[in-house]
Amino acid sequence: MLPQQLANGLLLGATYALFALGFTLMFGVLRVINLTYGFYFTLGAFLALWLTRAGVGLVLALPAAAVGSGLVAVGIDALLLTRLRRARADELSYLMVTLGAVLALYAGMAALLGPDIRRLPPGTIDEAAILLGPIRVTAAQLLILGACAVLVAALAALLRATRLGLGIRALAENPDAAALMGMATGRMAALVSFLSGALAGAAGVLIGLNFNAIHPYMGESMMLRGFVVVIAGGLGSVAGAIIAGLLLGIIEVLTAGYLSSGLKEAVAFAILVLVLWTRPQGLFGRSAAVRA
Amino acid sequence: MTLPPFLADLIWTYQNVIVALGVNGLLALAMYVVLAAGQLSLGQAAFMGLGAYSSALLSLRLQLPFTAVLPLSVVAPVGFALLVGGPTLRLSGVYLAIATIGLGEVLRAVYLNVDVLGGALGLSGIPEAAPIWLIYLILAVALLLLWRVGRSHIGRAMEAMRVDAAAAAAMGVDVRRYRLGVLLASAALAGLAGALSAHATDFIGPNDYGFEPAVTILSFALLGGIGSPFGPVLGAWVLTLLPELLRGFADVRLVLNGVVIVLAVLFLPRGLLAWRMRRIAA
Repeated sequence: MLPQQLANGLLLGATYALFALGFTLMFGVLRVINLTYGFYFTLGAFLALWLTRAGVGLVLALPAAAVGSGLVAVGIDALLLTRLRRARADELSYLMVTLGAVLALYAGMAALLGPDIRRLPPGTIDEAAILLGPIRVTAAQLLILGACAVLVAALAALLRATRLGLGIRALAENPDAAALMGMATGRMAALVSFLSGALAGAAGVLIGLNFNAIHPYMGESMMLRGFVVVIAGGLGSVAGAIIAGLLLGIIEVLTAGYLSSGLKEAVAFAILVLVLWTRPQGLFGRSAAVRA
Repeated sequence: MTLPPFLADLIWTYQNVIVALGVNGLLALAMYVVLAAGQLSLGQAAFMGLGAYSSALLSLRLQLPFTAVLPLSVVAPVGFALLVGGPTLRLSGVYLAIATIGLGEVLRAVYLNVDVLGGALGLSGIPEAAPIWLIYLILAVALLLLWRVGRSHIGRAMEAMRVDAAAAAAMGVDVRRYRLGVLLASAALAGLAGALSAHATDFIGPNDYGFEPAVTILSFALLGGIGSPFGPVLGAWVLTLLPELLRGFADVRLVLNGVVIVLAVLFLPRGLLAWRMRRIAA
């Protein structure tokens, strides 16, 4: 019983970590809490839905949906954020703009497509359970775990081992200095938008596949977990987000298994409040207190 | 009170809209209070829900009279504001915003999962004890109070914090105390609005206080502008009436609210009513 619970928790946690990856990248580099992130997540799931319905296999639909969401993210972020960046607006302005935009995007999508829950065509992925010793998992869950590992490794390699990654880190460290060194910071910010949006899209496809429920507001319902993961992990810390995501999944599953399934929904928020009271900079963040 | 028949008919026909205008006006003021001090709380819908649910339970389970229920309806929202907002007072503003969005999400799950709170069916049969005049009386009193406070040295301190919190602190403004004060005032106002709306419409449901209303309340305040408490109330009235007047708008009401926020922050930072209060000399 317990090994299965832990495995379920780990797999659930992998979905949270996957969701939070691009969100924390966006904050870490551009210092923007970008709430439109949830929409790119929804968009990725819908793109994959349309592609698989048209007969495209998952192997092709997944990267295509990720790239599509990334491109839309570049467009929307440029429209919303460029003006604020030029005006050196405070972080709350970014938060408000992206909050308004994401409501308009969700509601527009629900008005156009209808709010009902859609499912991927049967046979998109093998639904039979796979036995690993005493533990039962599905192919979708293994795919999420694998994708999570691959994407984290790819992101780390990009940030640590390439010239481009050096530029992104320079932008995160100090945008003005980066601009003075001759970096095209606008283009670099667009690239970060693309990466973040593509990660959101990929997460949307995989999580839509796992829960087999795709609807316009699916990004919104993941957002609370996303917040908890990025704050508990430390705003902007990729490693922190992964660990916090996995922990959150395990704690939720154990709560549902041993205490009550109704409490499961409140676990994430309880952790958020606890972290804010005791360690607001998160597990791996730098001090978050501001003097004012 | 006897009204001329045509007026009584008018009120009866449009009762829902008239209630919504009053309640949304109060919610806009709850948003104004925090924004005026440079804070962003997105918990007004959640605080309203706490006021609505706690007051409905007091009426339905304990059969308390409405005169006792109404003041008690601020207790739960203020308590949660302390729990959630307390640790964020010395952090950057995004933490309060995130924690308060999260509050709305988790409360929805709680309403859905707890039997006493009616689950997905919500609570119905709440006594219709809140007359329309009371809603507007409370709105008028709140407006007057905030107007007086806004013109006093407190309003001056709040504006200073909004423009530059560090400079305000250097000038001797106790920033953390003000932040806590505005958050609690906001929660109390939203709680009252929740109790009034629950007791004016007799039904409340778990989905009435989530993400969409939270963002909608922000759009009220940003459309009206926060130069004075009148702006947000005007914004609330415009955004409540528009979908009623124009049939085609009903479907895209939420899109409109979202777009209002984007345009207001990007192009109209002072709102529709870009008018700033004169302050009394200190």
